[in-house]
Amino acid sequence: MAERTQPDASAARRLSTGALLLRIAAHAGALAPLAYLLWQTLTGGLSFDPIHDLTLRTGKPAFILLLLSLAARPAVVVTGVTALRPLARTLGLYAFGYATIHMLIFVGLDFGFRWDLIVGGVLEKRYAVIGLATFLILLTLAATSTRKAARRLGALWKRLHRLAYAAGVLATLHYLWAVKFITFEQWAYAVVLALLLVARLPEVEGRIRRSRSE
Amino acid sequence: MTKIDPSEITPESVYLSRRKFMVGVAALAGSALLAGCGIGGETGETGGSTGGSGTTAAPGGTPTPDELTSFDAITNYNNFYEFSLDKEEVASLAADFVIEPWTVEVGGMVESPRKYSIDELLALYPEEERVYRMRCVEGWSMVIPWLGFPLRLLLDDVKPTSEARYVRFQSLDDPERLPGQRHRFAWPYVEGLRLDEAIHDLTILSTGLYGKRLLPQNGAPIRLVVPWKYGFKSIKSVVRIDLVSEMPESLWMEAGPREYGFYANVNPEVDHPRWSQKTERRIGDFGRIDTLLFNGYDEVAPLYAGMDLRENY
Repeated sequence: MAERTQPDASAARRLSTGALLLRIAAHAGALAPLAYLLWQTLTGGLSFDPIHDLTLRTGKPAFILLLLSLAARPAVVVTGVTALRPLARTLGLYAFGYATIHMLIFVGLDFGFRWDLIVGGVLEKRYAVIGLATFLILLTLAATSTRKAARRLGALWKRLHRLAYAAGVLATLHYLWAVKFITFEQWAYAVVLALLLVARLPEVEGRIRRSRSE
Repeated sequence: MTKIDPSEITPESVYLSRRKFMVGVAALAGSALLAGCGIGGETGETGGSTGGSGTTAAPGGTPTPDELTSFDAITNYNNFYEFSLDKEEVASLAADFVIEPWTVEVGGMVESPRKYSIDELLALYPEEERVYRMRCVEGWSMVIPWLGFPLRLLLDDVKPTSEARYVRFQSLDDPERLPGQRHRFAWPYVEGLRLDEAIHDLTILSTGLYGKRLLPQNGAPIRLVVPWKYGFKSIKSVVRIDLVSEMPESLWMEAGPREYGFYANVNPEVDHPRWSQKTERRIGDFGRIDTLLFNGYDEVAPLYAGMDLRENY
């Protein structure tokens, strides 16, 4: 979902074994937290506050997958392995998937669709507003993640999908504000996000590319 | 149905079914034991000056009786940062916590300062059962059958002087035994109450729950329970109680002055700055129930007559 140069025109091209394994690993890795969560839900392995547990354990994978999606581009820049590039889309879509479940749990399971409470009580809180904004960005990016959409949007597509970085920033703030107090873990994610933003600067990318080709 | 000694050791399952049975009986007989237990909602309790209304408004406002939270949940889902930030990790980390010997030093502005052992406290102040709702500032709640005695009895005996206006409580300060104290906060844990709050009959020092001695994860061997305030006010593993003239600064006030005030009364109209306090999840149930002012213990309202509760959060 993060920006990429252009949708791959030669789709029919056969994948190398390495690229194929990479794709399988990405799908398996992205689905693993959900599989584990489902297993624990069905076997009674959740915490004593199961809704809270479900909320956290769908939000966090959404967040981490979003960061990993943003990391795909710098990973290509640093390693030169172009097969990493499509992971931006794959992981970004999974981030959207987890974020959707996260939202549904919050609205449906936790608040039982009591819109009076959600709008009157929760949506005035900055963590909730920003969480919703993040979700809307991810929704937009997921909806325009197809090749067809990219072709139709042309140059706009690139700019639109730069919003993935905004989603990363908002998701980080959402996490920092939602927790009781900020621990090392949240700071670590914030640092990772900052590094990803710096790595996206054109001068930084240029430098890394040059130093690699030397 | 005659009175059951609360300290009688009873398996939880039997205990629970007996309690449920007792609730029904109390509706007819008005049991001395249950009068102070705060589960009188469905019994039409009249004599309970100590128990609160005993009901919680469900969505839509229908009162529902409070069911006891399971012993399993009460003893395995704990906010006790001196052991861990992970609520489900506290019980195992606290399992070997040594609570003997233990003394509680009561002093400050009192005429008769004194050190008590737990056995002395138990001998001086017979335990009674109090079933209280416990509302965590994080937005979840439990219903807990505590054993304990009113703090007032202890304070009466040490005789606060006329200058004493507040009570300051302090937890054990020992990073060797409390590994969480090695970092993060300005340990030890400190809490405070205004003197009139401290001597209110709902305020107890608890030494047990579910008819047994407290387990370390619940604040063994002795802790405060103030049911109309957020759970963090009910300081665990108390070693010092001082009568003071100035409002004590609690650990949470120090850590987040904008988010945690001195009073910390449960109040659905006064949100935590970052999240809503209008509703809560009752552990063991699904979904949310409305949070009640003073956690439903309306009898404490006169303590705050004329006070701006938003200002004094």
